[in-house]
Amino acid sequence: MLDALGFAFMQRALLAGVLVATLCGVLGFFVVLKRLAFIGVGISHSAFGGIALGLLLGVEPLLAAAGFATIVAWGVGWISRKGRLHEDTVIGILFSSAMAFGVALISLSRSYQVDLFGYLFGNILAVSPADLWMLGGIGAVVLLVVGLLFKELLFLAFDEEVARASGLPVTRLYFVLLTCLALTIVAAIRVVGLILVEALLVIPAAIGYQLADGYRGMLGIAVCSAALSAVAGLCISYVLDIAAGATIVLVLTALFFAAVGVGRVRRRGSQAASNPGAVTG
Amino acid sequence: MNSGNSAIVHVRDLAVSIDGHPVLWDVTFDVAAGSFLGIIGPNGAGKTTLLRVLLGLLPATQGVAEVLGMKPSELGRRAHQIGYVPQRPEFDPRFPVSVRDVVMMGRTCCLGILRFPRRADWEAVEDTIHRVGLAGLESRRIGELSGGQQQRAFLARALCAETRILLLDEATTGLDLPAQHELYALLQRLRRDLQLTVIAVSHDLLELGAHTDKLMCINGAMHIHGNPHTVLESHELRAAYRCEFDFLSDEVQARVRDEHQC
Repeated sequence: MLDALGFAFMQRALLAGVLVATLCGVLGFFVVLKRLAFIGVGISHSAFGGIALGLLLGVEPLLAAAGFATIVAWGVGWISRKGRLHEDTVIGILFSSAMAFGVALISLSRSYQVDLFGYLFGNILAVSPADLWMLGGIGAVVLLVVGLLFKELLFLAFDEEVARASGLPVTRLYFVLLTCLALTIVAAIRVVGLILVEALLVIPAAIGYQLADGYRGMLGIAVCSAALSAVAGLCISYVLDIAAGATIVLVLTALFFAAVGVGRVRRRGSQAASNPGAVTG
Repeated sequence: MNSGNSAIVHVRDLAVSIDGHPVLWDVTFDVAAGSFLGIIGPNGAGKTTLLRVLLGLLPATQGVAEVLGMKPSELGRRAHQIGYVPQRPEFDPRFPVSVRDVVMMGRTCCLGILRFPRRADWEAVEDTIHRVGLAGLESRRIGELSGGQQQRAFLARALCAETRILLLDEATTGLDLPAQHELYALLQRLRRDLQLTVIAVSHDLLELGAHTDKLMCINGAMHIHGNPHTVLESHELRAAYRCEFDFLSDEVQARVRDEHQC
């Protein structure tokens, strides 16, 4: 395994994995707390339309996907804020239409079908230096924006109505969050593919939610478990020769069930401590 | 701009429609700085709508609504001077924030975007938590608190940002009678100490009549506005509630007398 670290492609894969996992851990924190999980699924699947468009027009597919996913995310935000339709209905409509658009475009040019597999299921071992720069750029922008607006986004996630009443520009903040989410998802497509992106967004934050009492702890655990799963998943996939993206997600799933177990034991322990009579009675 | 007197809230001929349906009309009142106004009315009377207009969450369809001498939607960063305690706030009880974190959220807007809380901000948060009687519970997760304690935490959140006006929507829902009394006593104390103007909304006349300086009754339109004695004895009140409640009157009068004599 250690020999593998000597390969440039493996180093790039590790760097990309940790970078994307960290990013997903941070955005996943808001996805879980603001209950945006279904929006995440919608954005990741709609990115397929952008990828197909990029392939057809000869533009970098992930760049096209970034633009496309951002527009779909704004569309979801805009239509659902108008209040005529529920957010999940809007997501259901836009995400399947965007995928249908992608499939229709792909069927126009059959020769590109080989490339598609990598976008659907990820191809972390094929990350190029240029990809790494792109991931680094997206990561830096998203982390900077989220870092600077953290207290506002936390207030928005906790109580949108009072946040708005206190004078926060809630709608603009929500759109900033959706944009960061779209960019993060597109970055993560390189690593785990658009089918599995949601796992990288939701599971690390869900682990943090299970284990931590405070939001700082939840965020820390989310980032650490995401990064850990990226490294461990990559190593396991190399040794066992199985798909890297899927292995990362399976490692995360195992961590999640472990966290549920630990959380349950801890809660039982604290209940027993606060109410000793209940154990015997 | 405003009515020219010491009115901190000025509403003239206000009408509000939601999706084309009139919810409020002919509402006119002023609130003097430092006073405690109770707004009563049956369920669905438009009380929450009125608060939402004062908070800038809903536009007025007609008429004038001014808070601190400005239209609520134009308050911008001054909006934090209006504290808001919503009706039964909906939040995830497992949301990983402590009482201290929740109260700090109240300072988010007065801190401004791109600025992080400093020591003075944390001190203001501790001070407000102390004022509402939650000292010792600062580090507890908000969902672990009782309903009454959560209400106080949200009150602290509404108060910790140089607040001048406090708006409460059905603040005592779910509280038993002693807890209701305690909350109103706390509000009176806070009003005095922090020179607040308080506007509280409730469907329960018994409760508000006994604790406020002025009462206003609305049911779509404004029916009456005056001191609690006048309002509670009025025919307009009966008209607004569209029922007779003589069985309540004696008790209301007795409680108003008791509380105002204390």
